[in-house]
Amino acid sequence: MPTNRRLTPEEIKQNLLAAYPVKVARKRAKHIVINDPTPETMPEIGANVRTIPGIITQRGCTYAGCKGVVLGPTRDIVNITHGPIGCGFYSWLTRRNQTRPTSDDDDNYMTYCFSTDMSEENIVFGGEKRLKQAIQEAYDIFKPKAIGIFSTCPVGLIGDDVHAVAKEMKEKLGINIFGFSCEGYKGVSQSAGHHIANNQLFKHVIGTDDTPSDGKYRINLLGEYNIGGDSFEIERILSKCGIDLVATFSGNSNYDAFANSHMADLNVIMCHRSINYVAEMMETKYGIPWIKANFIGAKSTAKSLRKIAQYFEDQELIERVEQVIAEEMQEVDRVQGAAKARCMDKTAMLFVGGSRAHHYQDLFAEIGMKTVCAGYEFGHRDDYEGRRVLQSIKVDADSRSIEEIHVTQDPDKHNPRKTPEELESLQAKGVSFKDYQGLMIDMDENTLIIDDISHYEMEKLLDTYKPAVLCGGIKEKYAVQKMGIPCKQLHNYDYSGPYAGFKGAINFYTDIDQMVNTRIWKLITAPWQAHPELIATFAKEA
Amino acid sequence: MLLRHTTDKIQERKALVVNPAKTCQPIGAMYAALGIHRCLPHSHGSQGCCSYHRSTLTRHYREPIMAATSSFTEGSSVFGGQANLLESISNIFTVYDPDIIAVHTTCLSETIGDDIAQIIAKAQADGKIPEGKSVIHANTPSYVGSHVTGFANMVKNMVMYFSKSSDLKREQINIIPGWVEPADMREMKRLTTAMGIKTVLFPDTSDVLDAPQTGRHQFYPKGGVTIPQLQTSGDSKATISLGEFTSLPAAKALDAKCKVPFHSLDIPIGLTATDRFIQTLHDVTGAAVPDEITDERGKMVDIITDMQQYFYGKRVALAGDPDQLIPLTEFLVTLGMQPVYIVTGTPGKRFEERMSEILTDAVPDAKCKQAGDMFLLHQWIKQESVDLLIGNTYGKYIARDEDIPFIRFGFPILDRVGHSYLPNVGYAGGIRLLEKLLNAILDRQDSMSLEESFELVM
Repeated sequence: MPTNRRLTPEEIKQNLLAAYPVKVARKRAKHIVINDPTPETMPEIGANVRTIPGIITQRGCTYAGCKGVVLGPTRDIVNITHGPIGCGFYSWLTRRNQTRPTSDDDDNYMTYCFSTDMSEENIVFGGEKRLKQAIQEAYDIFKPKAIGIFSTCPVGLIGDDVHAVAKEMKEKLGINIFGFSCEGYKGVSQSAGHHIANNQLFKHVIGTDDTPSDGKYRINLLGEYNIGGDSFEIERILSKCGIDLVATFSGNSNYDAFANSHMADLNVIMCHRSINYVAEMMETKYGIPWIKANFIGAKSTAKSLRKIAQYFEDQELIERVEQVIAEEMQEVDRVQGAAKARCMDKTAMLFVGGSRAHHYQDLFAEIGMKTVCAGYEFGHRDDYEGRRVLQSIKVDADSRSIEEIHVTQDPDKHNPRKTPEELESLQAKGVSFKDYQGLMIDMDENTLIIDDISHYEMEKLLDTYKPAVLCGGIKEKYAVQKMGIPCKQLHNYDYSGPYAGFKGAINFYTDIDQMVNTRIWKLITAPWQAHPELIATFAKEA
Repeated sequence: MLLRHTTDKIQERKALVVNPAKTCQPIGAMYAALGIHRCLPHSHGSQGCCSYHRSTLTRHYREPIMAATSSFTEGSSVFGGQANLLESISNIFTVYDPDIIAVHTTCLSETIGDDIAQIIAKAQADGKIPEGKSVIHANTPSYVGSHVTGFANMVKNMVMYFSKSSDLKREQINIIPGWVEPADMREMKRLTTAMGIKTVLFPDTSDVLDAPQTGRHQFYPKGGVTIPQLQTSGDSKATISLGEFTSLPAAKALDAKCKVPFHSLDIPIGLTATDRFIQTLHDVTGAAVPDEITDERGKMVDIITDMQQYFYGKRVALAGDPDQLIPLTEFLVTLGMQPVYIVTGTPGKRFEERMSEILTDAVPDAKCKQAGDMFLLHQWIKQESVDLLIGNTYGKYIARDEDIPFIRFGFPILDRVGHSYLPNVGYAGGIRLLEKLLNAILDRQDSMSLEESFELVM
């Protein structure tokens, strides 16, 4: 009997589509591509378009991307969800964003959930009055330095103007108050929420405090959310190198750092999908260049540090970075070698997020594991094919309604950190600016790339590839494991981590080694199920 | 401090909820629908709702939670969600082949006013619902009631869609278990089976949300009430409805629709609530209570008599859902404990009435609030502390800050296992609760006692 492994990628794709109604199959076919990593011949993938109703999806909503992902990790803003209770409840502490207040007096509202808990009366007669009252009460009780308001689905429908309320209450209370029109039905996934969050942070917070920041090498880290302490590890490494972090968007962050972030000299992007907008806008307005980096994987971490050092063109920093890398790699190499011996040649599938399905392949590669299929939950074409395709992306009706802010140079605060000549010379040395090449270029030819995978497709692929591990989220976790295949959650790290940086790499090697090699997977079948003929014989004799 | 901004100074709040003790209707409807065999719950709204509900239920059960969504876009929000729901129904039956789709609404589809019954009728007329398959629905606007209300609405509509009466009464009774765990539903069935009583228990999430590891993902696990069983509920001799908030609407509907008389009881948590449950089963069916059950009761009472000194006078704070809190508080009073602060986020004056019946004599100073939140509960604790806190996982932030022993009880429990496998109801469940209470109290005594008075035997 031929095994599934002999199926060609095209056959596997056709098998995935076979059970679908014709119209669904036609749509899904665009989201399933057989990889060709050569940019010139790379296939186009369907991405950032609406999910087909009834096809079980991994995706969440705009509110989740805005309130949950981008603003969630900031500790000292009182984030009020304007809507019925559910949205606030579900986004309450569930993303594992860690934070480290600087003292006992430092504000930290991340353990709190604030909601206007709208009732039927508010839906019928409008909720603005209630929202104002809630803001007043939050101010009276907590005296925060800033309040964010997050709109849920019905808010947009009934026409509450959260921005007008924010403006009015800001004037009344004298603290910064800003709203987000992040109703869940906007866009096609969390991704629209990231964009909305970027826009409002840019409009209302970034650049409001011009205090010059200390330090010689000042950077912002963008798109790093401190899941399981990732930011702490990156902060540790940067500080060891002597690189100053002005602000992180938004892991372990606070309001003041956002306000002052335009004083940094370089923006370093981790998750391109969720935060590239802010980087672009800051470059235009303030003249801060951005580079793509990746602190997931020891090699990638080293590479990213070298890139930062090169940018500052300072020999002392370049040497310091090399020294840190050499120091850190000793332990990394030791643990990596041990894990590699047990994980070599095993396979992984990654279906998660908008950058993690790419970044984590580096970590798997470091312990000898190969990624056979991957895809994003809410990535766009540029996250797959690279920013070179940006110009050719068609914006459809679902994305058109997401505001694009028109940004110009700030007459007073624009300060190009590098001249065009300097940028060009750096570029020639391999420091590429404003560039993300996407996931496909880094994956092997003939691997399957699947966007917004459905539950059906995922189970079918698990049957086909029988990988040693699948990386997904909480909704996939136990269905995958019921199939006898370990599932590593890459939104919450299965409550482990950090996975970023050098120590994070070590944690990841150990966790994956443990996960794929633990004895329990071999004990799923009961002895009497493994040898039914023995039981039959015994029963016959009895 | 984890909740560093919480103080003992209580300011009146009219609009701001802080740290809720409830969530929204649809998740309750999704949970209830999972208690029907081969049912795929469907969330009619933005895909975030479905994602949040699946995630929360998954974290609580550590089981696959399969459910679909209408994936509303801005367009559907303007033009209505009919096209999305019709497309969903057709795709779901083709790809996931359930016997039944249970649609619940969201604040989005409720606000735009989608008429689900009409859309289902259209799906039927258009031939999108295969022969022998069903689509049911419940309206679950998130801005009314709480997750408890959503559960009640879906259970009620199981009756509205399926219960039928023929002339023939069956020798069976219905049990509507309320929002309890799979283990609790299993325990209720064990008790009725021990008494020789045939039952239709709905919804029934046992063998759905506590499915075994077999190396195969059974998309529709073996458990759940079946549609034929639900249909016969109209011919049952009686209904025992457990929990006024979660089960009574369904029991009343069944009475109105099929003339099945009902007995509304509390969920059998604790000694006296279980006594009433068993007594009613006996009274309604005439079935004798077997020694097995009487002995279990005796064992539970034995533990209480043996250990009562440790319970007596202990001050307890509770947060949770009305139908659980009512019998649990009654149980604490039975044990001689002092349930001093009780909060539910679910609105309903009936909760405070029942609590006052239970507490007026035993704990006259008790504070109790419906439509309250955990911030208020914490503030009460700040004013005068307690010996024990009982609540869902979010309670652990209060417990750590205030250094109070904590027992996880209710929904959701996101950081421990056991709740789905071991019951809280019945006498066996009572014994488990007693063990938990005693462990919390005695562990605290062990850790706090002076070395000279550290006890070996307790």
